[in-house]
Amino acid sequence: MNNIICACGHENPEGTVLCGNCGRPLTEEAENSKLVDMRYEGSARRSQTYNKTIIDKIWNFFSSVKVGITIILMIIVAAAIGTILPQVLYVPATTEADIAAYYERVYGTFGKIYNDLGLSDLFGSWWFQTLIGMLGISLVIASLDRVIPLYKSLKKQRIKRHESFMKRQRIFATGEDILGEDSFNISERKLKELRYKVKREDGALLAEKGRFSRWGPYVNHIGLIIFLFGVMLRALPGFYVDETMWIREGETRAIPEAPGYYLESKEFILETYENNQSNEVFSEAIDRVGTIVSNYQTNVVLFKNQENALPGQIDNLQQVKESSIQVNKPLKFDGYSVFQMDFRLNELKTMHFNLSNKSTGETLGALAIDLVNPEPLYDLGNGSSVELKGYYPDFSGFENGEPQTKSPVPNNPAFLVKMYTPNTPEGETSFVAIKQTVEPLGVNAYKLEFQNVETRDVSGLTIRKDESLWVLAIGGLIFMIGVAQGSYWNHRRIWLHKTNDGRLIVAAHTNKNWFGVKKELDIVTEVAHLPQYIDQHDLESEEFKKDGEKSS
Amino acid sequence: MTLVSISGNLLFIAFICYLIATFFFGGAVRGSKTETSKFEKKWGRIGIVITVAGFISNLAYFITRWIAAGHAPVSNLFEFTTAFGMMLVGSFILIYFIYKTPLIGLFALPMAIIIIAYASMFPREITPLIPALKSYWLTIHVITAALGESILAISAVAGLIYLLKNVDLTKKSKQRFWLEIVMYTLVLTVGFVASTTTYKVMDYEATFSYVDKEQKAKEITYNAPAIFGMNEYKVLSSDKMIPLVETPAIVNAKKLTTVTWSLIFGTIIYGLLRLILRKSLSAFLQPFTRKANLQLMDEIGYRAVSIGFPVFTLGALIFAMIWAQEAWSRFWGWDPKEVWALITWLFYAAFLHLRLSRGWHGEKSAWLAVIGFIIIMFNLIAVNLIIAGLHSYA
Ligand code: HEM
Repeated sequence: MNNIICACGHENPEGTVLCGNCGRPLTEEAENSKLVDMRYEGSARRSQTYNKTIIDKIWNFFSSVKVGITIILMIIVAAAIGTILPQVLYVPATTEADIAAYYERVYGTFGKIYNDLGLSDLFGSWWFQTLIGMLGISLVIASLDRVIPLYKSLKKQRIKRHESFMKRQRIFATGEDILGEDSFNISERKLKELRYKVKREDGALLAEKGRFSRWGPYVNHIGLIIFLFGVMLRALPGFYVDETMWIREGETRAIPEAPGYYLESKEFILETYENNQSNEVFSEAIDRVGTIVSNYQTNVVLFKNQENALPGQIDNLQQVKESSIQVNKPLKFDGYSVFQMDFRLNELKTMHFNLSNKSTGETLGALAIDLVNPEPLYDLGNGSSVELKGYYPDFSGFENGEPQTKSPVPNNPAFLVKMYTPNTPEGETSFVAIKQTVEPLGVNAYKLEFQNVETRDVSGLTIRKDESLWVLAIGGLIFMIGVAQGSYWNHRRIWLHKTNDGRLIVAAHTNKNWFGVKKELDIVTEVAHLPQYIDQHDLESEEFKKDGEKSS
Repeated sequence: MTLVSISGNLLFIAFICYLIATFFFGGAVRGSKTETSKFEKKWGRIGIVITVAGFISNLAYFITRWIAAGHAPVSNLFEFTTAFGMMLVGSFILIYFIYKTPLIGLFALPMAIIIIAYASMFPREITPLIPALKSYWLTIHVITAALGESILAISAVAGLIYLLKNVDLTKKSKQRFWLEIVMYTLVLTVGFVASTTTYKVMDYEATFSYVDKEQKAKEITYNAPAIFGMNEYKVLSSDKMIPLVETPAIVNAKKLTTVTWSLIFGTIIYGLLRLILRKSLSAFLQPFTRKANLQLMDEIGYRAVSIGFPVFTLGALIFAMIWAQEAWSRFWGWDPKEVWALITWLFYAAFLHLRLSRGWHGEKSAWLAVIGFIIIMFNLIAVNLIIAGLHSYA
């Protein structure tokens, strides 16, 4: 390595801009500039120093803030495009063909192109995820490239700096030393009152505060990386459960992906705001909008299997707790959360029929068919029975003479039955659907007469388990700490020197909020009669001051 | 008087206070170069006293409405936007006490006035909460996010002042053009208020039937003469304007009509202003910024972003994720409103990095602050109105 030896005798690593010891500018550029660039204290950074191997090149690429910002801007543009049309997640279609058809039907040619380009699932696309990954890499490398040299140079700061360093600070003053030795003592006292840490050596003073705020950006970047890591964890099996279940009132079902746990639904409740006395303030809104729902709720009982039970064995369940699941109030147990997400009202539950004689109207008995678990045979006593030969919960018509069902949900139940009575011991075949009876094998003497139907509600629940949440929470917390640390505190330094010819020089630097450091320096300047500083950046306000007019 | 109407009156008082205070701040910065700063101090002090009085009344509106409704008044578009306007004033007061700059008030208060006026164009009744909104996390999320956004908005105010002073309006330039566009956009908001108020006073109502994008027959009532008709519309009210153009089913022609009327009214108002002032709006406002200290405006702009950014992160992202986790079972779902909050956040992150590492100070930084504000307003207005998502209950 080619070390640079400063005029003060200090050896600096290659790439250093300001001498780590006395602060003299070491490069021609720094020498020629009016103000020093104080970022990273002018220390040597890896990315500014090496550029030979491929690793150097990658390192330099990702450590560049320009590249980082470019990645951020690309994510911004991509994300904005992703909001033009709804993403597939929010589209009422599941298969690829349906989705494509949906986009084309609803959004026309633009929708087709949008979907064909993959923009309808932009946030799940490999290239979007790659962008996020690059952001993460950039964060890590850029931070490492800077934090280490910054730490080193802040740690070994000297109190006495070279005049060329002081002169190039944005806030600078030089002038007569009015109080002599006292100007240092008074300054020190005042600065300490202002909570600066003050260090002194022969003819030099360094007051510093808020140095820890310099670590803010690095802390917040660590938080972000932990957060991104947590998001990645969710791809691992077992870390993340996302299931849905439909459960009917009165049913007990195994909770998917939660082995050993069962849920019983007691009742689904849907409530709306009544336009009555107690809701008087809302009356105007209810009048304008119509019905407004106030609550979706499923009352449930959570069960757990006995320790030594076989999987699927549910005759010996132990009650864990009774609870109600509402929107915003999930049921929580053992790392799982069960959310109220959806519902279906009035699903058919049981159908009641009478077996009756078509000509006399005489009834031979009643039967109730459970539409979820129908029985194969219903014995009505006194020699009559009904045999269920076929059950079509969601009857959709005949195909080649065969009844068809669209789904296993009892939306439109139909039955193929054989009816036995003492008069017709051979049995009569009938096809019974809602508002429709077909007698496929000739005219019957008996029929199943529809009486009524019982309904019940169905709750749509989502089961989540997210083992990565705490990682995300820690990431978020660290981010907030870091960003507050870097934003609400500033690193301020004030240097005070006495030169060999007896003048005083003052310089001040802060990483942000110059207004704040100037206000403090004003106080010190006044009590210690220091020379009046100028802000070498803000020459405009200096002019105003000369005009004797305060600026607004 | 019911609590609700008391609350409404308090908001009105606040609104009037902000109007009056604006004039005092205007007076404070108007003084000619030779006058002493005593004048400025006196007018500025009266201005801030009236502002604080208005703000207290505004807070009282917020609290009384909260009590009346039984939930935080941030649950519909009117309430949320009003709260944002209130917090904008609060943020200005904060900045005023740090930097003592009446000039910021001269621009921030009219902004708050326009925002509150805009808000009151939406249905103002108290709405009961639908189940998804019944969550204290939601309350915390919305209030913190609005607070963060309002502090960030102060940086746009400082940026605008910077640009008004710094851009040379005597020569044709891109900057001059875009600055005037920003002014024009602000006038369009006034156009929205003016057109909505006009038709409200006229009690305009026209009902149409139409076919929506799922092929269902529906009805819709316009509150302004229909320029655009819904898909396959039929007029149900007699003697009303017949739409000039029919739109396809994916377009909400009622909203499009509202936007068009705002454009028409806004453009007319802008034209009248140009005629009366005999110069561009930027040129009219420029003299007010003559005494602005650019360095200070730049500093305030950066300071506002660095104060507002953490608050915004906490409110718009972290609290939002906690609420989404409780209400929707996932902390993030790439819903348009969420995505735009993320975009806003990334934009301000880019702002900070450009400033810190690429030395984008002064004018560049001022432009970025103004663009940031435009993104925030886009999120507030356009995403709610145009891009519908989970959040668009209002
Ligand atoms: C979403 C992503 C990011 C966020 C939210 C973020 C946040 C921040 C914040 C708040 C600061 C402090 C700024 C200030 O105090 O004015 C900062 C500084 C910084 N960030 Fe980031 N950052 C992000 C991504 C990146 C990336 C991708 C890079 C890599 C190039 C990067 C490099 C830096 C650097 C070099 C600093 C300055 C550190 C210093 O001066 O000590 N950041 N970041």
